[in-house]
Amino acid sequence: MTEWLERHIPKMVLAPSFIATLVFVYGFIAWTAWVSLTRSRLLPKYEVEGLIQYERLFASPRFDTAMMNLFIFGTLFILISMVLGLLIAILLDQKIRTEGVLRTIYLYPMALSMIVTGTAWKWIMNPGLGIEKMVRDWGFESFSFDWVIDPDMAIYAIVIAGVWQASGFVMALFLAGLRSVDGEIIKAAQVDGIPSWRIYSAIIIPSMAPIFLSAFIVLAHLAIKSFDLVIALTGGGPGYATDLPATYMYAMAFSRGDIGQAASSAMVMMAVVFAIVVPYLYSELRVKHD
Amino acid sequence: MKTSVFAAVSAIAVTGAMTAVAEPQAEVLHWWTSGGEAKSVAVLQQEFADNGGTWTDMPVAGGGGDAAMTALRARVLSGNAPTAVQLKGPAIQEWYEEGVLADISSVAEAEGWADVLPASIAGHMMCEGTWCAAPVNVHRVDWIWANADVLEANGIAMPTTWDEFNAAADKLAAAGVTPLAHGGQAWQDATVFEAVALGILGADGFRKAFVELDMDTLKSDEMVAVFDQMRKMRGYVDDNFSGRDWNLATAMVMNGEAAFQIMGDWAKGEFLAAGKAPGEDFLCASVPGDGFLYNVDSFAMFNVDGDDKKAGQDLLAKLIVGQNFQKVFNLNKGSIPARVDVALDDFDSCARLSAKDMNESSDNGSLLPSYAHGMALRGAQSGAITDVVTAHFNSDMSSADAVNMLVDAVANSM
Repeated sequence: MTEWLERHIPKMVLAPSFIATLVFVYGFIAWTAWVSLTRSRLLPKYEVEGLIQYERLFASPRFDTAMMNLFIFGTLFILISMVLGLLIAILLDQKIRTEGVLRTIYLYPMALSMIVTGTAWKWIMNPGLGIEKMVRDWGFESFSFDWVIDPDMAIYAIVIAGVWQASGFVMALFLAGLRSVDGEIIKAAQVDGIPSWRIYSAIIIPSMAPIFLSAFIVLAHLAIKSFDLVIALTGGGPGYATDLPATYMYAMAFSRGDIGQAASSAMVMMAVVFAIVVPYLYSELRVKHD
Repeated sequence: MKTSVFAAVSAIAVTGAMTAVAEPQAEVLHWWTSGGEAKSVAVLQQEFADNGGTWTDMPVAGGGGDAAMTALRARVLSGNAPTAVQLKGPAIQEWYEEGVLADISSVAEAEGWADVLPASIAGHMMCEGTWCAAPVNVHRVDWIWANADVLEANGIAMPTTWDEFNAAADKLAAAGVTPLAHGGQAWQDATVFEAVALGILGADGFRKAFVELDMDTLKSDEMVAVFDQMRKMRGYVDDNFSGRDWNLATAMVMNGEAAFQIMGDWAKGEFLAAGKAPGEDFLCASVPGDGFLYNVDSFAMFNVDGDDKKAGQDLLAKLIVGQNFQKVFNLNKGSIPARVDVALDDFDSCARLSAKDMNESSDNGSLLPSYAHGMALRGAQSGAITDVVTAHFNSDMSSADAVNMLVDAVANSM
């Protein structure tokens, strides 16, 4: 009996969470995939009609804009956050005084919710209230910074707010990475008279590859699921110039009673996530086998 | 105890048709949760209780009803629909097609709704010939509000054509006043758009374009002219309009920063709350062009089990369209009664103008549903049109491109 229990207790303990994950994650993914093949409007319907919802989705200029925005936002957000985070981490790593205080200051934006960040930046970048007005009041009458209300530039305004929020967190990751590099190697390099930029570029940064990967995965999922930042900062506007797939899906499902469209856009979003996560999982699992 | 027994008895006497001694029950899903609205719905609640009913309130705030619709969807899917739900426009028929709406024809016929409601508004309350919803109020959407002092200082009268409006706006801009107070949110862009469309397309053209979705009208030269006028309107708003809420735009008119606002009559509530007097401090007029765009709130009755709930449904329907509620509610809400035989003595001059125009336009066939507020089309179609309108308004797209995009978007949304 005890032997039987020993063998089965782990399974029994894991079973509830296993079943919950199976139903609430994979079950609902399957349900969404099914609904995306139907003509569901207000309520879900279950007669499969083929790829009509995907045809509508790709014919919609609004979804085009949303995907393009995800691409622009995702690329710039990840790239700038990483570069900026690394730069701040290296500067903080110079054994300066008050490092603790500075580190906290840089890390604090992460403690705010995206809604707060979005609202604050909405005001800061509003031409009639924020930076533009301030600089003009200083006497530079021709100064202009109206990205939030310019449909071509608004997505970059969102990048600014996103980077402000996330780069401190990336800095903390990188700082931990920098500290974990073996001090002996660095000292040896210093003894050999190698300049410190070379120590960073040839020794420290290459040895932090796993940290880069973690930072990338964290930032990538933040970018893809971005929703609240856009809603708070621009509400998807001007027009629908800053729509992202997540806000598109919300609008279709909850404002327009077009569940089929919402489901198909959700499936496309999932495909994007898979495109990023699957290579990552593959590389992770392969390492374990070695 | 005694009074409630008495009230219950009288309720049965009033509702008449009830055979079983069932106490009327109603669970009401609505999103009237802000100050004035909550006060308005409390009126109905009180009246329902006075007639012996038990009211279960189910307010769901947020997202202009989106959150409430999500709650409704969950309730219907679980087979436990609320008794009555705040619904409007084609959404009523959409839910009817899902087979979940109840028939309240017996009440409607006993109360003679067909005689007291304007025909086109009554049409929204019917599902394939039976009554399935009760109208609460009529908001007029195609209003233009103006600051009286600003107009006077610049020697401008209320415009009666779009050319006059453009001339007035140019003059105001030259004088350093923002001609049009506007908030850059998609639904506000759509509100201005449909007001312009009504003026340029006329009532028949508006019906063809935004009720019947007639492709020839949607791609006509008149539609190009509508977008041309929208481009002009874009020049009349200030630089800072993106994302502004409608009530802040109203405040700009109130304090003289801007001269005009095109907005439904809920804007009147802002003026009145700030102690401004209609006709003196602010002016109201219908936008240039003939017609009346309405936004009618209503309660749809869902299929429920049990005599007490059915009794509640009938009582609720009867009270909603009753003279007293229509008057008290609309005085609070700033709209006008849906039934035409309510005495308007207590209403302000804008509301009286609205009621007079509603009757006239009902007679000459120009009483039209607002597309921007979900009265004319289903969500997918009206949303597709709004996407084009707001994309055009917020970019330098040409009117011809906008019309092509409009036709594609409407076809794609079917």
